[in-house]
Amino acid sequence: MEFKTFVFYFLAVIMVFAALRVITARNPVHAALFLVLTFFNAGGIWLLLQAEFLAITLVMVYVGAVMVLFLFVVMMLDINLDRIREGFWSYLPVGALVGILMLIEMVMVLGGSYFGLEAMPAPPAAGEGYSNTRELGRVLYTDYVYPFELASLVLLVAMVAAVALTLRKRKGIKGIPASEQVAVKREGRVELVKMQAEKED
Amino acid sequence: MNFVVPDFYPAAAEIFVAVMALVIMLASTFARSIARTLAYYATQFTLIAAAFVTIYTMQGEPVYTFSNLFISDLMGSFLKLMIYFSTAIALLYGRAYLADRKIDKPEYYLLALLMTLGMMVMVTANHMLPMYIGLEMMSLALYTMVAFDRDSARSTEAAMKYFVLGALASGLLLYGMSMIYGATGSLEFSAIAQAVYNQAANQTVLMFGLVFLVAGICFKLGVVPFHMWVPDVYQGAPTAVTLMISTAPKLAAFAMAVRLLIWALFDIAEEWQGMLMLVAVASIVLGNLAAIAQQNIKRMLAYSGISHMGFMLLGLLSGVVDGDRHFALNAYSSAMFYAVSYVIMSLASFGMLILLSRAGFDAENIDDFKGLNKRSPWFALMMLFVMFSMAGIPFFIGFFAKLSVLQAVVAAGYFWLAVVAVLMSVAGAFYYLRVVKVMYFDAPDDEAPIHAPAEVRVMLSANGIAIAALGLAPQMLMSLCAYALLGSL
Repeated sequence: MEFKTFVFYFLAVIMVFAALRVITARNPVHAALFLVLTFFNAGGIWLLLQAEFLAITLVMVYVGAVMVLFLFVVMMLDINLDRIREGFWSYLPVGALVGILMLIEMVMVLGGSYFGLEAMPAPPAAGEGYSNTRELGRVLYTDYVYPFELASLVLLVAMVAAVALTLRKRKGIKGIPASEQVAVKREGRVELVKMQAEKED
Repeated sequence: MNFVVPDFYPAAAEIFVAVMALVIMLASTFARSIARTLAYYATQFTLIAAAFVTIYTMQGEPVYTFSNLFISDLMGSFLKLMIYFSTAIALLYGRAYLADRKIDKPEYYLLALLMTLGMMVMVTANHMLPMYIGLEMMSLALYTMVAFDRDSARSTEAAMKYFVLGALASGLLLYGMSMIYGATGSLEFSAIAQAVYNQAANQTVLMFGLVFLVAGICFKLGVVPFHMWVPDVYQGAPTAVTLMISTAPKLAAFAMAVRLLIWALFDIAEEWQGMLMLVAVASIVLGNLAAIAQQNIKRMLAYSGISHMGFMLLGLLSGVVDGDRHFALNAYSSAMFYAVSYVIMSLASFGMLILLSRAGFDAENIDDFKGLNKRSPWFALMMLFVMFSMAGIPFFIGFFAKLSVLQAVVAAGYFWLAVVAVLMSVAGAFYYLRVVKVMYFDAPDDEAPIHAPAEVRVMLSANGIAIAALGLAPQMLMSLCAYALLGSL
């Protein structure tokens, strides 16, 4: 076995195991950590495909930012595991049946006969000095500029949605409005009052 | 490295709406005191102006731009016009309703505009990527709007259900798209069609992808067996938002079905027609039967919407018979006519619910329509028009929509399908007529006078009259649909 093949299977086995643990782990924090492991292995497999930019982005964005945030959220929430598990056994037969049928279909379609090296030969190796990052950047800002700009608007929708749904202005809280604080003048802050000194009796 | 700057002209309407959305966001941030009014009027202005831009930039021949990711054709322009029109009316109906419930924030109008942009992108997509991004833009905005009444547990629950199931459906759709990419080597619709035509694509993988694609489309249309979210979301969402969900997004989902199935995968039409047939029959049967049992009129209209979408699919699935594409244009234009008529009827039906609601009271049970004739004979008549039209009683637009779809089905030789559809619409007439009976023959429980802003009354009357008037002259809208499709096929 070639070394690359070995690395692929090594990463793939860990990835499948970690992905299974994400949905079977009892503790949500563990599940989130297993998801991190899944992303790491996916990143490794992308590296094997010479998609180094995507691999690093996956690790940086998903592991570095999204999952850390996710872990915070999971830790903040008070999740009642028994409530979540309610009805598990009654849904299991139907769910398992559908799941197994889909698994069989997927194994039959995604197996070697349709996606093997004979059906889909490996693309020719990239030449010397070829930069994935530069090529990605080039198509992103030329051919795919339309979806790229649209994706930014999708993020805007998400941002507006998050603010609109969570920002609450409560009355009577003891906060300080930053704008008024910045705009304050000397006269408003200190008032000198001239008064007679009082004599002690 | 020979990149040419794309032609922005065909996409002028999209660019205009996107820019206006950003302008409205900034303007309502700085003009806090008048933000609500400003956002509302600016959104309405944008929708109307976008219609003019679309008409002005419309071209008879399909035009591609942005490296073939974008297509501007007559079908797209027509559907875009209908989308502006229905969104603008939905906003007009909903404004006072939202204000009564103190949820008429400027963000609502901003999200409505971005939702419109998402639908425009879907309608004009010539590539899987913009199609998916447009879908997400539309859906994300809709999920938020459903949850907009933050203090209502029901709305939040509905939004959560919609979001989780919607994310699942997006996953299915993406998986299907990736399989089709694997089979054909392209994400662009015309290139996919070419690969399928040349039989260069692996049939098994293609079928596998197709199943997921159809599942994703069916979810967005809300048809059986992907209908579970529809009644809960329709009931849980504020009525103004239900109005929004049940109108323009259906047109966008129709456009998605047309682009994905007919543009890209026309050469395997017989495969997806079989799938759609199962879905359509199940939707018509389940939608009509389940609606009979509902007491809540929002749920009833949700089930009726499921059956209407099933009817619409009847048109899409009778295009090709034994390789004969003779009927295609007729069948697809009947489906489009059905979708457009459904949107017009749906606007009026949820508009009536908004009309009967007031601050602190949501009209959502069939009993709330009791004795409407005594309270307001004119609006009782309008509701009668809507219900008769939805039931498919002759000389309303809904009748001609059903008729043209059934003609297409019979022409394609699926006689049994037409029989099932007719039988089920007779069963369905029961629950529509029950509303009419309650309005005219029961004594009102609630004598409160109907109070709604003048513009809502005028618009709703126009909407009801349109249902009757278009029923008297259905040819105009029908030939418009056929013409739009002819220019694009």
